[in-house]
Amino acid sequence: MTRKRRRLYMVVVGMVCLAVATGLVLNAFNQDLVFFYSPSEVAKKPPVAGRMIRIGGLVEMGSVKRVGGGPGIVFKVTDGKFDLNVAYTGVLPDLFREGQGVVAEGALDQSGALVASQILAKHDEKYMPPEVVAALKKSGQWRENEAASANAAAALPGGKSL
Amino acid sequence: MATTFNLHRFANPARFMRLTDVVLPWLSAAAVASLAIGLVMAFRAPPDYQQGETVRIMFIHVPAAMMGMMCYACMAVASAAALIWRHPLADVAAQAAAPLGAGFTLLCLVTGSLWGAPMWGTWWVWDARLTSVLILFFLYLGYIALANAFDDPERGARAAAILSLVGVINLPIIHFSVNWWNTLHQPASIVRMGGPTIDPSILHPLLIMALAFQFIFLALWILRTRTALVRAKIDTLRQRAAAASGVDRG
Amino acid sequence: MGGYAAYVWPAYGLAVVILGGLALASILSARAARRELQRLQQEQPRGRG
Repeated sequence: MTRKRRRLYMVVVGMVCLAVATGLVLNAFNQDLVFFYSPSEVAKKPPVAGRMIRIGGLVEMGSVKRVGGGPGIVFKVTDGKFDLNVAYTGVLPDLFREGQGVVAEGALDQSGALVASQILAKHDEKYMPPEVVAALKKSGQWRENEAASANAAAALPGGKSL
Repeated sequence: MATTFNLHRFANPARFMRLTDVVLPWLSAAAVASLAIGLVMAFRAPPDYQQGETVRIMFIHVPAAMMGMMCYACMAVASAAALIWRHPLADVAAQAAAPLGAGFTLLCLVTGSLWGAPMWGTWWVWDARLTSVLILFFLYLGYIALANAFDDPERGARAAAILSLVGVINLPIIHFSVNWWNTLHQPASIVRMGGPTIDPSILHPLLIMALAFQFIFLALWILRTRTALVRAKIDTLRQRAAAASGVDRG
Repeated sequence: MGGYAAYVWPAYGLAVVILGGLALASILSARAARRELQRLQQEQPRGRG
């Protein structure tokens, strides 16, 4: 019984040490595990022009425009406080929409706009059929800003909802 | 000590065989029935207002992810029991679970990729959620390799059990990665504060499919554990026969 | 499938392959082990228990 007890304590102590060590390592790597930065973070600490970065946020309503009738587009990525101009030419994901979450990868140019080489769509954790959305809109219970804020929360650092 | 005593009574291989003789047919029937119902519901569910028909991939992807993690937790608990109490059934059960967990995790990774390609615009990104699930898959592979790497199966089992306990730290990282870091992957929809964010018409098929995957895992886990116990008995009988005939079969 | 058949069906197909494969392998191996045990027990009836 005492040997079993001893092995039990060894396993427990080992697990605790491992958890602490992992916590410390993750804490140290925290910045490097960030997949993208928000426009606010870019505004506060602008990265060097020409370095590859990822920006995440919402595609600002009404900001998507074609450039000179060509295949290229420009739009604004916003996190509610700051926004950032993005220019992109290429294939867009099916979920790329105004008001939806987006992650743009590319480098800042001299004017501070992001020249994106890849656009990824980020969706929120809500799933419902279109009829439910239509019914909510009809009864006035659908609030675009609520949906947008959920999207923003999903796209923002930490992704915490509520 | 009453709990350990009871645990050992359940863990007795002969008792386990007798108990699962009764349980396994019912579990298998439940797995087949729930899978049939779940699949019908999955294809009757309405498309999502944003993601359209691709939301049907979720009915495979999310249950597979749940079982990939659940199976690892089972494996780790069995490994801890094996290390601490040295019960023969615990190692057998842990090793029987590993290929199942690897299968569920692979299914989760590939279906996630098939979902991400049209919706996100990429098959794969190295964000914290995707990377930690990939690590889970490699933990399973490492566990299987380590358990079979030694000539002495007992040493292999012990090394693998320690690896599985070390890897447990990955489970909370997978679950909370979407809250702790910026990830492309969206936050949790079901297991979250404030209840699920999925409409019932999409949530119900998902829950039935999750239940079906749970039954499939339990039925296969028990079946594989039984097979390993039968094989152990075969080995004992062979050794006894070899000893009786005086021939060393090496 | 709203233009997404190329993504939805492979997902379900892979589920059939992986889960069906695991189930089939587990059932066949269980059957083989049970037959082998029966054969050994018939060869040496005193080896029971």
